Amino acid sequence: MVNENQCNCEQAQEEELYDKLQEIIKEHKGKPKELIMALHKAQNLFGYLPHKVQEMVAEGLNVSLSEVYGVITFYNFFSTVPQGRNDVKVCLGTACYVRGGQMLLKKAEKELGIKAGETTEDRRYSLGIVRCIGACGLAPAMLINDDVYGRVKTTKMIEIIKKYE
Amino acid sequence: MNLVRNHVLISIDAGTIMAGARAVEKTLVNEIASQGLTDEISVLETGSVGATGQGVILVVYPEGVYYGNVTPQDIPELVEEHLLKGRPLKRLILSEVPRQHVIKKEKTGLLKEQPRIVLKNSGIINPENIDEYIAANGYEAIAKALTTMTPDEVIEETKKSGLVGRGGAAFTTGIKWDFARKAAGDIKYIVCNADEGEPGTFKDRLILEGDPHKLIEGMLIAGYAVGASKGFVYIRGEYALSIERLEKAIGQARQYGLLGDNILEGPFSFDITVMKGAGAYVCGEETALIESLEGKRGHPRNKPPYPVTEGLWAKPTVVNNVETLANVPDIILHGALWFRGYGTEKCTGTKVFTIIGNVATPGLIEVEMGTTLRDIIYEYAGGIKDGKQFKCALVGGAAGAFLGPDMLDVKMDFVNLKEYAAVLGSGAILVMDEDVDMLDMLKSVLHFFRHESCGHCVPCRLGTAQLVKIIDRVSASKGKKDDIDKLIKIAQVMQATSFCPLGQSLNLPISSSLKYFGDEIRSRVR
Repeated sequence: MVNENQCNCEQAQEEELYDKLQEIIKEHKGKPKELIMALHKAQNLFGYLPHKVQEMVAEGLNVSLSEVYGVITFYNFFSTVPQGRNDVKVCLGTACYVRGGQMLLKKAEKELGIKAGETTEDRRYSLGIVRCIGACGLAPAMLINDDVYGRVKTTKMIEIIKKYE
Repeated sequence: MNLVRNHVLISIDAGTIMAGARAVEKTLVNEIASQGLTDEISVLETGSVGATGQGVILVVYPEGVYYGNVTPQDIPELVEEHLLKGRPLKRLILSEVPRQHVIKKEKTGLLKEQPRIVLKNSGIINPENIDEYIAANGYEAIAKALTTMTPDEVIEETKKSGLVGRGGAAFTTGIKWDFARKAAGDIKYIVCNADEGEPGTFKDRLILEGDPHKLIEGMLIAGYAVGASKGFVYIRGEYALSIERLEKAIGQARQYGLLGDNILEGPFSFDITVMKGAGAYVCGEETALIESLEGKRGHPRNKPPYPVTEGLWAKPTVVNNVETLANVPDIILHGALWFRGYGTEKCTGTKVFTIIGNVATPGLIEVEMGTTLRDIIYEYAGGIKDGKQFKCALVGGAAGAFLGPDMLDVKMDFVNLKEYAAVLGSGAILVMDEDVDMLDMLKSVLHFFRHESCGHCVPCRLGTAQLVKIIDRVSASKGKKDDIDKLIKIAQVMQATSFCPLGQSLNLPISSSLKYFGDEIRSRVR
């Protein structure tokens, strides 16, 4: 019984997301030039851009699916695979690199048990690399979701990451 | 503003928010209220004051005292000592405020007081309040242009000022506008390039966070000069606070009739749309940026035609950097001659630099064109961290040149650096001390370029991959004898044959690092 309820719940949630997506598409309907804006919003909604979403956006904006796919894979910001609940990004811009960004990345990979670009099995964390977030005065820097952390030490790093459920 | 005894400015930018500025602000306001000082002391939010890595920063006026690393726990003591009893709290005063940040008139240092044009209001006014910008002579320049100058006169004045693009290419702004004005067609666009992706550069972010109305006014003037009625700001998706503040500022300007139809009740109409980028370094190149604005992959276009004749949706388009546009209002307001009073004969005005790496006080400074690297490092950034030796500086971003000790006294401006086969680029200065491994440094630069190569042209796509392969094996002590020569050769071919500046410019960091540190790097190849 309980399981069934949960299933319905998830299904209902997903349907709700697709309803919202329809609204977004409506806003940009037939306007190929607004593709990137629409994709930004769609990714905000789903956390990533699954195939079905790509198809719907393509049809709604009157762009071919291959073009949509091309745009998604061109920009760092978009992802076609599910992301973790928390997006951990280590900055490897030149300033952070000089101040030990690479070390932070290695430490994070070891502690989380994943490589950059991967997501933990429990979907709690995704780990990635970012090239300069403009926090060079605070190098080495790390970004978790929208929070910037500067002067991160390898010893303190895990403590910071663990704060995010 | 009411008449108050003290103003306490709290710097709210990405760095200070991270350090807990919001909590400090809340505690401060509550503490002032509980001491019954609300009518006497005003707390104001402002943008970055230029110093980074000093935690939460407060500035108390009229004394002009800078406090750093302030926590909520410090507030009761600070309010009691300074604001109630009038004794500055010594233990929190910032000792290493780079000279630029101190705006005390009576201060006479070894260097003359530094000019601020672009950052004039940053860290002084509340960027979220249009009235404060207007109180600081804001929107006076567009009013002057609209009521007393023809578009041609605006272009002429800009040309005379000698203003060149601050994004890196250093093309004369007035000439670019003139091309677009004379191009055929009724519909024209102004695009502001705020896709600041050059590693080590964050000047545009701080201009946007600290004084967004200045950019709006600059775009208005550009629009009037060129004959455009629509502007776009292409901004990095990661710059959340900049986007928020800019959108707020645009909303306020619309309310005041400074954006929209019939601005200041005249015939000129102009509006601005903010577009979020999605993370691609190559989109800093103007034609790639235009492709991206059109919703496509950010591949650079063939030139000619140049954007000034065929840009966004094939209409004449001016693409200007944030800092360039932020210079425009003061040029129009005070005139070209005034602007030429700053900088050198051949390269006028000021330049905003981000100075980072192994220096005592990293941060953001605005100095006259032609200031030497030595002054920037030792006078403004407090010298090399922990008293170490200067090894070199990477100037101009990842695609810039490494400059060794012999370049410390060279004047830093677009024209002069060119003679030394270096570039000013976006104004990033990454300082390295004696302990930095140059091979590792070069490796980081090459990895960056491999990642950001857009894949459009063969020399850059394959070249960056080969460069990374070679440097990785050298770095793993498995290098072959001729590997370093191969790096040079590949970079030269890329410079000659790549489609856009991304691939063309890689030769600079490679050749300059080998010029200074050839022995160090070659010693790693057995």
